[in-house]
Amino acid sequence: MVDQSAVGRCFTPVTARVEPGRLRYFLNTLGEQNPVYRHADAARASGFAGTPVPPTYLFCLEMMDLDDPFEMFTALDIDLARVLHGEQSFVYHAPVLVGDTLTFRPSVTSVTDKKGGAMTLIGIRCEVTNQHGVHVADTARTIVVRNEVAS
Amino acid sequence: MAPGDIKTGDRIVHKVFPPITRHTLALYCGASGDHNPIHVDIDFAKAAGFPDVFAHGMLVMACLGQALTDAVPPSKLRAFATRFVAITQLGARLTCEGTVTELFAEDGERRARLALTTRDDCGEVKLDGSAVIAL
Repeated sequence: MVDQSAVGRCFTPVTARVEPGRLRYFLNTLGEQNPVYRHADAARASGFAGTPVPPTYLFCLEMMDLDDPFEMFTALDIDLARVLHGEQSFVYHAPVLVGDTLTFRPSVTSVTDKKGGAMTLIGIRCEVTNQHGVHVADTARTIVVRNEVAS
Repeated sequence: MAPGDIKTGDRIVHKVFPPITRHTLALYCGASGDHNPIHVDIDFAKAAGFPDVFAHGMLVMACLGQALTDAVPPSKLRAFATRFVAITQLGARLTCEGTVTELFAEDGERRARLALTTRDDCGEVKLDGSAVIAL
């Protein structure tokens, strides 16, 4: 089981480029038709210097460009089949645009046992900066691990 | 709606999505980079104790995000958070809603806080969350 020694642990920073083709695949999958995400002219009319990404896409960029998307679970000795997503948040400081190259720096912020050890909640924060060193966003998630409990 | 007209209690976000299919889950797997087999491989899902595959929480949050930025220009979004309350089953028709709960000033802007929910066709809450927007 994951314990307090994991708090403060940092993982390999992830560098991800915001590629237009992959973004279009994401938009098509979701049936997202908002022209702001699809056409540079509409994006500029809405106040962006380029085409922005949708609100949850930062989470995808971090996963897509990891050599091993489940590195964190492997490193913490967590069985993927026992993991659920508990919470997710994004704070946006500056626009993220197609063509940007982002760096994600994830770290473990908390480990909390629940229900007498039946579940462990793991808090992970991630600071996101762009190619200019601008701090564009902070993401945070809570991972729920369903532990095997001896009966 | 003009930003000056927004008041506490207004429901400014409302969108209904088509049923979630296995095809959507397969596409979302590749589109998001989240290749957890629990969302696409029924054998894996059953071995993990679930009756079938189920939707990625982040797919459901992406729908909520879409409903949000249909109503609020993406340039106005300052924060977006959700709690994943229940698993979203195949076939669910999601309804996303957002209501203004607070008007305040922060970082030199007038802002509004929204309470957000996503429910399935039975009315069961799948996500609850919040957003902060600039007015």
